[in-house]
Amino acid sequence: MSDILKIENLSVNFRSEDGESEVVRGVSFSLKSGETLAIVGESGSGKSVLAKSIMKLLPHNAYIKEGEILLNDIDITSYTERDMQKLRGSVLSMIFQDPMTSLNPTISIGKQIAEAVRLHSPKMKRADVKSRVIELMELVGIENAEERYNLYPHNFSGGMRQRSALAIAIAQNPAILFADEPTTSLDVTTQLQILDLLRDIQKKLGMAVVFITHDLGVVARIADRVAVMYSGKIVEIGTAEEIFYDPKHPYTWGLMKSLPSFAEKGKELYTISGFPPSPGDLPKGDAFAPRNEYALRIDYEEMPPMFKVSDTHYAATWLLDSRAPKVLPPVRRDMNV
Amino acid sequence: MSEIILDVRNLTHHFGIGKKLSVKALDNVSFAVKKGEIFGLVGESGSGKSTVARCVMNILKPTSGEIFCEGINVLNPKEFKKNKKQLEASRQLIFQDSASSLNGRMTVREIVSEPMKIHKVKPPRGTFDAEAEFQLFYVGLDKSLLDKYPTELSGGMRQRVAIARALTMEPRLLVADEPISSLDVSVQAQIINLFAHLRCEHNCSILFIAHDLSVVRYLCDRVGVMCKGKLVELAPVEKLFASPRHPYTKALLSSIPIPDPRLERERVMEKFDYDPKLLSGKLREVSEEHFVLWGDEE
Repeated sequence: MSDILKIENLSVNFRSEDGESEVVRGVSFSLKSGETLAIVGESGSGKSVLAKSIMKLLPHNAYIKEGEILLNDIDITSYTERDMQKLRGSVLSMIFQDPMTSLNPTISIGKQIAEAVRLHSPKMKRADVKSRVIELMELVGIENAEERYNLYPHNFSGGMRQRSALAIAIAQNPAILFADEPTTSLDVTTQLQILDLLRDIQKKLGMAVVFITHDLGVVARIADRVAVMYSGKIVEIGTAEEIFYDPKHPYTWGLMKSLPSFAEKGKELYTISGFPPSPGDLPKGDAFAPRNEYALRIDYEEMPPMFKVSDTHYAATWLLDSRAPKVLPPVRRDMNV
Repeated sequence: MSEIILDVRNLTHHFGIGKKLSVKALDNVSFAVKKGEIFGLVGESGSGKSTVARCVMNILKPTSGEIFCEGINVLNPKEFKKNKKQLEASRQLIFQDSASSLNGRMTVREIVSEPMKIHKVKPPRGTFDAEAEFQLFYVGLDKSLLDKYPTELSGGMRQRVAIARALTMEPRLLVADEPISSLDVSVQAQIINLFAHLRCEHNCSILFIAHDLSVVRYLCDRVGVMCKGKLVELAPVEKLFASPRHPYTKALLSSIPIPDPRLERERVMEKFDYDPKLLSGKLREVSEEHFVLWGDEE
């Protein structure tokens, strides 16, 4: 399969009164058509900014410092807003965490979806638009679509709103969908329905999904590949199996170990000590070093490069250097429910 | 049988919508929290978990039912008035969203020492400042944060400030309404440890309201499952996870994502269709300390 999206050494900076802060630092990854890439990280790790910089939805004080965004081998890094508008919706699309803020409360759900349907085909007949909207609503699992066409977002529950937002996002059969924590504000039962729905739709439309989340349980359900981000860098990337069963980076170990699902009752839960560094004030060397119990001296001096573990699995830690001491991964995989 | 700190009996609350309609937010809910125990209350949004918390804290006046806190009937106005001071100090509430529950115009120092000033409690460590400093240290924050405002802190830090504030009163019952659901995984683990520590060191009882079942499994001793204002199942946590009996509990447990791709991808969620029959009847004991809501005909 060919790479539909390729990010090369992308860096995004934010300007503020206190100077510049590096929020995304030299990120490279690729996305094949039809696959799901999950981007995992804590808040402030730059995962949302990464998605927004590809969509060119960055706030005014942010800019792409360097790097390339290749969409179907075409460099879109320097595309203007007008060029991007042609791509948004039809090639790239996005859903957000809180559907209440991304939907317009004063327009009925049906009309909002119709807007997305008409956007790139303005000459479509009114009846055709409506039938397409109802088709979309049924695709995302809104029952009795015809009756609900004229309802407003406030009439819908959280799950239904997220389904509507999804209908808008897929109206033009986009090739890539960015999903920024789409299930975080939902109940567990609804979350599962939305995840399964997303997977079904993805199969039907052959769409690639970049799924941003901090929930590793969700990642396990939906992702083909996983990228772990820490303070603006991808520290580990690999297939879901590689990341979950054979993680190499100490930060990934820490994330896995701090999950209550793996913890023994009564024992203290593992925590990664300290706090993530502020993007305006990054330490020298590896940003994770001060919190890393396996840190080597070189971690404080020099940023580790991406070491290759397998053809699909890369991790940025000096522990993978041939000169580094051998460390046994502390994550035990036999504690499953 | 250990001592009971909070006893909720037949709690019912209706929210009126307009003149005639009303929603049964709570329908005959009964449970008890023992001393030194972490009692979990789980359910979807709209199941009435937070309404329980608000009734327990005297924020809402329930339509009917009784709540005993350390033997005091808190819903009886006379008894409540008589013991107001003690009740307000011994029960403390922690909210989900500390960004909106902490006053943005007060510094951390003021926030933490305010309860002591209101209740005219003499700070055990001499001055208010010393006490605030100690409580911050206790929840794992640096004293340099004392003069910051809540907006300058991260979510995890704010939640700790909220906990520190509650702790100044040395509460015997802590009601935590989804205290960790807005936090990151690694910060979540720190706050969970803090709660476990509070129980061990202070013998503090906690009513822990959550929707994250993996946290509840790790932290709680007993769990109550709520659905549409009804308590459908009540059991010690191991029993509930090992052998759930009510169909709703089964559906809820089957929807927890497992951080393991091979298991997770194959897993199918159990469906639960809201059937009024399943949500009627009484709590019956099916095995020791394991109660399930069961219809009358079965």
